[in-house]
Amino acid sequence: MTARYPFSAIAGQDELKQALLLTAVDPLIGGLLAFGDRGTGKSTAVRALAALLPKMRATTGCAYHCDPDSPDAQCAACRKQAQHKVRSIPIPVVDLPLGATEDRVIGALDLERALTKGEKAFEPGLLAQANRGYLYVDEVNLLEDHIVDLLLDVAASGENVVEREGLSIRHPARFVLVGSGNPEEGELRPQLLDRFGLSVEVRTPGDVTTWVDIVKRRESFERDPTAFLAQWQKAEDKTRRRITAARKRLNDVAVPDDVLERAAGLCIHLKTDGLRGQLTLMRAARALAAFEGAKETGIVHLRRMAAPALRHRLRRNPLDETGSATRIDRALAEVFGP
Amino acid sequence: MTSLPGPPPDLRSADAALAALLLAIDPIGLGGAVLRGAGGPVRDAWISRFRDLLPAGSHVGKLPAYVAADRLLGGLDVPATLSAGRPMFEKGILATADDGALILSSAERLETDKAALIAAAMDSGEVAVQRDGISSRLPARFALIACDEGQAEDEAVPPALAERLAFHLDFSDMMSLEGSDAGGIDTLRKRMAFTTVPAEISEALCTSAIALGIGSLRAGLFALKAARALAALRGHNIVTAEDAAVAARLVLAPRAVRFPAADQPDEAAEPQEPDAPAPDQDAQNDNSSPGEMTELILEAVRPVLPKGLLEALDMAVLAQSAKSGGGALSAKAGTRRGRPAGTRKGDPRNGARLNLIETLRTAAPWQRLRLKLAPGRTGIQVRREDFRINRYKQRNETTAVFVVDASGSAALQRMAEAKGAVELILADCYVRRDRIALISFRGRNAEVLLPPTRSLQRARRSLADLPGGGGTPLGAAIDQAALIADQVRRGGGKPLLVFLTDGRGNIARDGTADRAAALRDAAEAARALRVQGFRAMVIDISATPSDAARQLAGNMAATYLPLPHADASRISRSVSTAMKAGGTSA
Repeated sequence: MTARYPFSAIAGQDELKQALLLTAVDPLIGGLLAFGDRGTGKSTAVRALAALLPKMRATTGCAYHCDPDSPDAQCAACRKQAQHKVRSIPIPVVDLPLGATEDRVIGALDLERALTKGEKAFEPGLLAQANRGYLYVDEVNLLEDHIVDLLLDVAASGENVVEREGLSIRHPARFVLVGSGNPEEGELRPQLLDRFGLSVEVRTPGDVTTWVDIVKRRESFERDPTAFLAQWQKAEDKTRRRITAARKRLNDVAVPDDVLERAAGLCIHLKTDGLRGQLTLMRAARALAAFEGAKETGIVHLRRMAAPALRHRLRRNPLDETGSATRIDRALAEVFGP
Repeated sequence: MTSLPGPPPDLRSADAALAALLLAIDPIGLGGAVLRGAGGPVRDAWISRFRDLLPAGSHVGKLPAYVAADRLLGGLDVPATLSAGRPMFEKGILATADDGALILSSAERLETDKAALIAAAMDSGEVAVQRDGISSRLPARFALIACDEGQAEDEAVPPALAERLAFHLDFSDMMSLEGSDAGGIDTLRKRMAFTTVPAEISEALCTSAIALGIGSLRAGLFALKAARALAALRGHNIVTAEDAAVAARLVLAPRAVRFPAADQPDEAAEPQEPDAPAPDQDAQNDNSSPGEMTELILEAVRPVLPKGLLEALDMAVLAQSAKSGGGALSAKAGTRRGRPAGTRKGDPRNGARLNLIETLRTAAPWQRLRLKLAPGRTGIQVRREDFRINRYKQRNETTAVFVVDASGSAALQRMAEAKGAVELILADCYVRRDRIALISFRGRNAEVLLPPTRSLQRARRSLADLPGGGGTPLGAAIDQAALIADQVRRGGGKPLLVFLTDGRGNIARDGTADRAAALRDAAEAARALRVQGFRAMVIDISATPSDAARQLAGNMAATYLPLPHADASRISRSVSTAMKAGGTSA
């Protein structure tokens, strides 16, 4: 197993890092899309997040690592048991690589057991592995259409329904969907775009200092990964503690009515489609407040999360040169004052 | 890498030889090389030299451009599975190449999705397989040599891949490969592990990359690694400014999109001796600032930048945008039968492709029962009802080719409205995931602003940049449109040509301003279009419906739509209807 570049050592890309951390604070934000230039460390950042996630409680022996504390979200087998053996496991971050076939994504008949023992057994797929964790798709815009359809179904229902080869299985599949890609290689289908809670635009940094930092750190990581990881261990631990603390605090962070009204006003002003944008904006702002140790969600948090929560929900005018970020900035100034 | 006159072949030859050496020293770190130019003895010599430089026993595999995903990644080994009676995994090309190199031929034909698979393996150093019931991760650390035989500007290695290869070498017109020899690559590799890079050199390399307009951080990292390999080769432990300068020439210069802003290049400057002996420069490093060093690096890069880069900046940007994304897509789409869309029960005859894994899976639960029914038989019993065949979704998509008259006469009149119409159609194409292409004509010739693409961003950009004014080379525009339409059709798509013009051609095909000849040429081109059976529509953008445009439409058997009677949304509706109906009459 190759060593992973530590999250804390990623220079620049503040918006991407912030958004990723917030999905860890509140998974209900609903995933993240990182679209932008090549070679900007999009996938490095996503993969590095795994090391920062706190552990979670899961029922022992369950392929979907159900949560012992919330019976409603458990699989049929776990629900039947009155008592669960519990273990502590890392939050899964599962890679859905391009070229993955449907059987491995949703799960299928276990070929080995069927052929050698004649047993009809279900071999859980990536969706099962990703339950309660993250599902990451690099180059998400190149994903084959029938796999995208499948993801859309599951993401909407939180449940994976397998009806194939005489198997009839349903199991919980709730995950944070994270995608990255380069828009020049193809657009993302609008239906899938809408599934991502937050969206960030990743650009190559234009200043020499950041370039030098990135290049130097990467170089020293590649030369001696172990020493490099040790050097960043403290920073990593600190961020992990912050995530854990923010998760605990999240439910106590209030969202005052006036903040809610402002969020609604902003969405109406921007004519974003549907309620999902407003809900995501509110959740993201609250997660940010929790992460920064605030007691309640304020206008500042709202303003900072407006772009990532709304930029991919603006009605597209194909020839409008104005970037979505600029349109949001303008709306922010109009709704909140400068 | 445009077709602009680049550095002279002998300089490129020396650099190519040096690149082979550096790549052999750090194959994984530098990723590999793009070898541009038609295949020939020099390129072959380069490849075999690189192969010889690698430590004995290194695996050098071949990677065909039309590789299938299961061969690339690996999957179920069907014969072995059948004889063993349990699933057996077969390594793919990428995993087999671990610790070696891969030679990719006709790299310009590689499809974007395959390029993404290779890129993913290069990034993580392993190949992740999630297919055919197999879930595995195998090490796959290799250098990739991409042979790019693309002739046209828009035929090139997929950008996602080119970006991950340190060296971009141009072999066109190269007569021979400079000699160079290095003893013991193992020793050099060990030495490279100990070379260090002074902070001011890292900074100078990054500054140079930014000054050259390079937008990717990978380039900076590659330059740094090349400099370290070079230092190891030349036997010093600390990278010198001279090493950095040569590394910049090898890695950064081919990626440059603009001249460094500092000062204009001296057109008469003699190319530098590529491999100038480096006297002890360690001492010199101590008192040179990053600024001076950047200047030194840029000085080394300048002579190898394509001459006239500055004037041709627009062209370079255009070529780049043509390369990214769509690229040679239309040309290679012909061989694909569509994207895989799952499997279904069916008969593998009639040209359908049997999906063995799904077939086995269907048959598996019945094995016990069938064995009881036919006790004498051994092996897995597969029956016809088990057969599963692959489904493909034909990418029979429509490509709308917009041919926009940007001449003086048209531009003055209804350009804004025409753009408005195109804008609405674009939005519609986006929703339906159709492709669009954009040709504009003015002055003396027609120009493909955008080859067929699905990228809304690029379409938006090129339409916004559409310049106006000049003559009306209508004949040339129709010829160009026919060319693109033909490409689309050969790729299995359905072209729809949309002309936005007033039909008043005044520049003949040969570029002369002769109205009569121009009209004759346009009519001839239009009739040729009709013969080829392309679907077309002419949107008349003159102030009042003109006979010229109506005639043009008649000649090409196109639908005629005068803009005065049609507002933007009506035009959009008409085009949409035509696209949905789709198809060519051929």
